Amino acid sequence: MRIAVLSGKGGTGKTLVSVNLAAIAKASTYIDCDVEEPNGHLFFKPEGVQEEEISVKIPKVDNELCNGCRKCVDFCKFNALAYIKNKLIVFDDVCHSCGGCILVCPERALTEKEKVIGKVQKGVSGEVTVWTGILNTGEATGIPIIQKLLAEDNPQGDQLIFIDCPPGSACIVMESIKDADYCVLVAEPTLFGVHNLNMVYELVKLFNRPFGVVLNKCLEEDNPAEKFCLEKNIKILGRIPFDNELGTLNSNAEIAVDKNEKYRELFSSLFDTVIKEVHHETITNS
Amino acid sequence: MKQLLILSGKGGTGKTTIASAFIKLSDAESYADCDVDAPNLHLIAGWNSQPKKTDYYGLPKAEINLELCIECDQCRQNCRFDAIIAYSYYKVDPFACEGCGVCEYVCPVKAITLKPAVAGELMLYSDEEKVFSTAQLKMGSGTSGMLVTEVKKQMKSAAADSEMAIIDGSPGIGCPVIASLSGVDMVLIVAEPSISGISDMERIINTAAKFGTKTAVCINKYNTNIKNTEKIEKFCENQGLPFIGRIPFDSKAVNAINNGQTIVDIDCTSGKAVKEVYHKTINLLFEKGDG
Amino acid sequence: MKIAIPIDEKSLKANVCVSFGRAPYFLFYNTVTKESYYLDNTAVASQGGAGIRAAQVIADHGVKALLTPRCGENAEKVLSDAEVLVYKSISGTAQENIDAFIGEQLNLLNDFHAGFHGHRGN
Repeated sequence: MRIAVLSGKGGTGKTLVSVNLAAIAKASTYIDCDVEEPNGHLFFKPEGVQEEEISVKIPKVDNELCNGCRKCVDFCKFNALAYIKNKLIVFDDVCHSCGGCILVCPERALTEKEKVIGKVQKGVSGEVTVWTGILNTGEATGIPIIQKLLAEDNPQGDQLIFIDCPPGSACIVMESIKDADYCVLVAEPTLFGVHNLNMVYELVKLFNRPFGVVLNKCLEEDNPAEKFCLEKNIKILGRIPFDNELGTLNSNAEIAVDKNEKYRELFSSLFDTVIKEVHHETITNS
Repeated sequence: MKQLLILSGKGGTGKTTIASAFIKLSDAESYADCDVDAPNLHLIAGWNSQPKKTDYYGLPKAEINLELCIECDQCRQNCRFDAIIAYSYYKVDPFACEGCGVCEYVCPVKAITLKPAVAGELMLYSDEEKVFSTAQLKMGSGTSGMLVTEVKKQMKSAAADSEMAIIDGSPGIGCPVIASLSGVDMVLIVAEPSISGISDMERIINTAAKFGTKTAVCINKYNTNIKNTEKIEKFCENQGLPFIGRIPFDSKAVNAINNGQTIVDIDCTSGKAVKEVYHKTINLLFEKGDG
Repeated sequence: MKIAIPIDEKSLKANVCVSFGRAPYFLFYNTVTKESYYLDNTAVASQGGAGIRAAQVIADHGVKALLTPRCGENAEKVLSDAEVLVYKSISGTAQENIDAFIGEQLNLLNDFHAGFHGHRGN
């Protein structure tokens, strides 16, 4: 059962929610798809970490076979190739790995080599299996890493998988929620928070994923995010109050449910609600 | 025109809150929101007028002409991005398509063509005194870097004679951030004193260093964790990065933002602190003898 | 010798463009014959790698020196392989830069900014 946790905006509490829900569940899996800025591993401190490099295919040229026709240079939509003084130059970091140049070369002078763009780490923290995706700085896209992360985990029956998504609603977020069974949207009670909640709301609707909202950092005052949910008839899964102690624990990368009974209860209750909703949705949809 | 870019690495640290305060304090003539995935600055920038809107064309996307398609499956087999799906007919997934042109090339009956696709919208707010450039990327689009470049270009051409421009950046370290770094005179990093925040701050500093841009750091919500705040200050000292100041967490800030105001529009502790950070930043930005 | 300048309009009185890869036009000028011509920059609409494509065009036209305010690492790789020297332009018109170049007043450009998607090709 794959549960994706996302929010349009950074800093609303995706990691807080996904890490603590995974910790509360017995024998679950946590996957950190925020490959530009992965944070979950800082909380779980996984052990026995195994690493695998992720690479993409980049063209390489055999200059002996190249006849200088420049069909590849002309074909490349990303301008990753240049032909100067009878030599083909390949710009690895501009290349999108589409394989087109290799197809168009009439002399078979182009073949492919691997370029490492990041890595995937797998470790264990108590009963939680922790997967972390890390994109190397300077690389443009983390999609191949997310694809690996989500292909790797093999759902063993009802094993719960919590996916910590990247912020925003761009293609890497879509990749993260594509095959999720349920989406938990985390929202904060600010003007910015609602604006961005609306974005991911549109996204989950577009992808036809069942979803609910967790309101985080709730204060006494009017909550524009709550208002939004009521207006749109969106299921509110739970409310996490704004709490200095919780904030401190979080800022020290400590898993709240392990540190204080109060939070254990809070997240247990949230967990029960989420599971109930997930089952309800899957029954309804099957 | 001196350009100041505000970045953070991690989301939710307060880039937009601080950028909007800076804009208010400097009575900025030109400013931009480069967080094209999730722009927020317009919500408190206080413009009453409608912006000039321009369609932004990103990657062209492949389209299959079903009348010509013979369902040979060559396109789907050669697509590296899983963008061609065979339903009862062949269709291109516009979200996955990267416009590489391979399918167009391999199709034996020329049933596929690349067509320009709208990937977002540029918006320009302007009056006699100020210019505000922003954009919204369409959901699922991948070409944010180029749109960011367009946002900056739009601002510069509308306000070429401004002395200073303030740019609200996006979170992360990827394409949009790299595009926003190009050509700016200084980067102010807003750090959050949490383990996650520190980790993300280091990655963004690493990214900015590749450009050799003048970089300074300030801490927002510093009082949520003094230990981590001190860690960050020590880090800056070790790296030789100017540490510009600390801004406290302030519940009044949320109220201000929710009312569409900046933190320097009301009387609050974060507003006072940000004023000091602002002055120090501007001094550093206009300091002579750099280069 | 043939030199090239990224330019905002098709005129010797036009200002040098702030960008190389995304300049709307290139001016090609022969310092001996004083002949010049302009080309639309096809790299302008590119998603990425604009500098690379622009540099390829410059190299293909037999240019010996490029006068520009900025240039990326990737474009620089293409230009240096093509043995095109890159000079830092001064603010002003194309004609002012041509005169400065001929008068040996321009310096070589030595800070190339990182490509938006990374580093040098190989």
